[in-house]
Amino acid sequence: MDRIPILQMGRCLLVTIQVDMQDQTALRLQDDLSTAIEKTGASGVLIDISALEIVDSFIGRMLSNISAIASVLDAITVVVGMQPAVAITLVELGLSLAGVRTALNVERGMSLLQLSLAEERHGDARNDDISSPGEPSTAA
Amino acid sequence: MPLRNEQDIVMSRQMVRKLSQALGFSLVDQTKMITAASELSRNAVVYGGGGEMRWQLVTQHARTGLRLAFVDQGPGIADIEMALTDGWTSGSGLGVGLSGSKRLVNEFDIRTAPGEGTCVTITRWK
Repeated sequence: MDRIPILQMGRCLLVTIQVDMQDQTALRLQDDLSTAIEKTGASGVLIDISALEIVDSFIGRMLSNISAIASVLDAITVVVGMQPAVAITLVELGLSLAGVRTALNVERGMSLLQLSLAEERHGDARNDDISSPGEPSTAA
Repeated sequence: MPLRNEQDIVMSRQMVRKLSQALGFSLVDQTKMITAASELSRNAVVYGGGGEMRWQLVTQHARTGLRLAFVDQGPGIADIEMALTDGWTSGSGLGVGLSGSKRLVNEFDIRTAPGEGTCVTITRWK
């Protein structure tokens, strides 16, 4: 059975799906990614589906699941490179991939991830300030 | 071609790609037909306990099209109207397989009865 490779680049995990996946392959990717997020402490996941010729309800559900699982594990997922014909078909099929962030291509997807991660760090820093001891609390 | 397992679902997609390319379908039409075939093949494998896909190139007046039939000898569907409702599923799916496939094709026909299997026929014209 095929197994989709997961690459690590800094705080992000990269996945490029280049084969017509069997359902089991998709489920395995979902498991492998969850494990990899936990093991590497990655904060971002980028899934490139530009080589996918179709996204049916099964693969659509896998993308939604990965996004939701990653979110619970404190990581952001961006799905990139969906072909226009696939997008049209997916919407007519009745799937809108609610909760899944998308970007047009890998480059934009990476920027989106970096921006989200930077914002998150910024937010964390602010929270630290508020809760630091000795200072009057400004939190409302 | 037989639809017995997950590998056959992948094979059915590849077969429908070849057929719809040979007919000169646009990329969007190819994608719709392949996606519908994928959903219906999975239904036959998962819910129908296996079956087969038959295909036919059809012509009507000046137009040509591709007709696919997904046949299984599974438990059948008791309430077709409910099965064709978005979001309704008897299994663990999203419930868009049947209803969604119907939207992706020009003609959709389903024949089924409890205990007598299911036959779904879809046609897409060029």
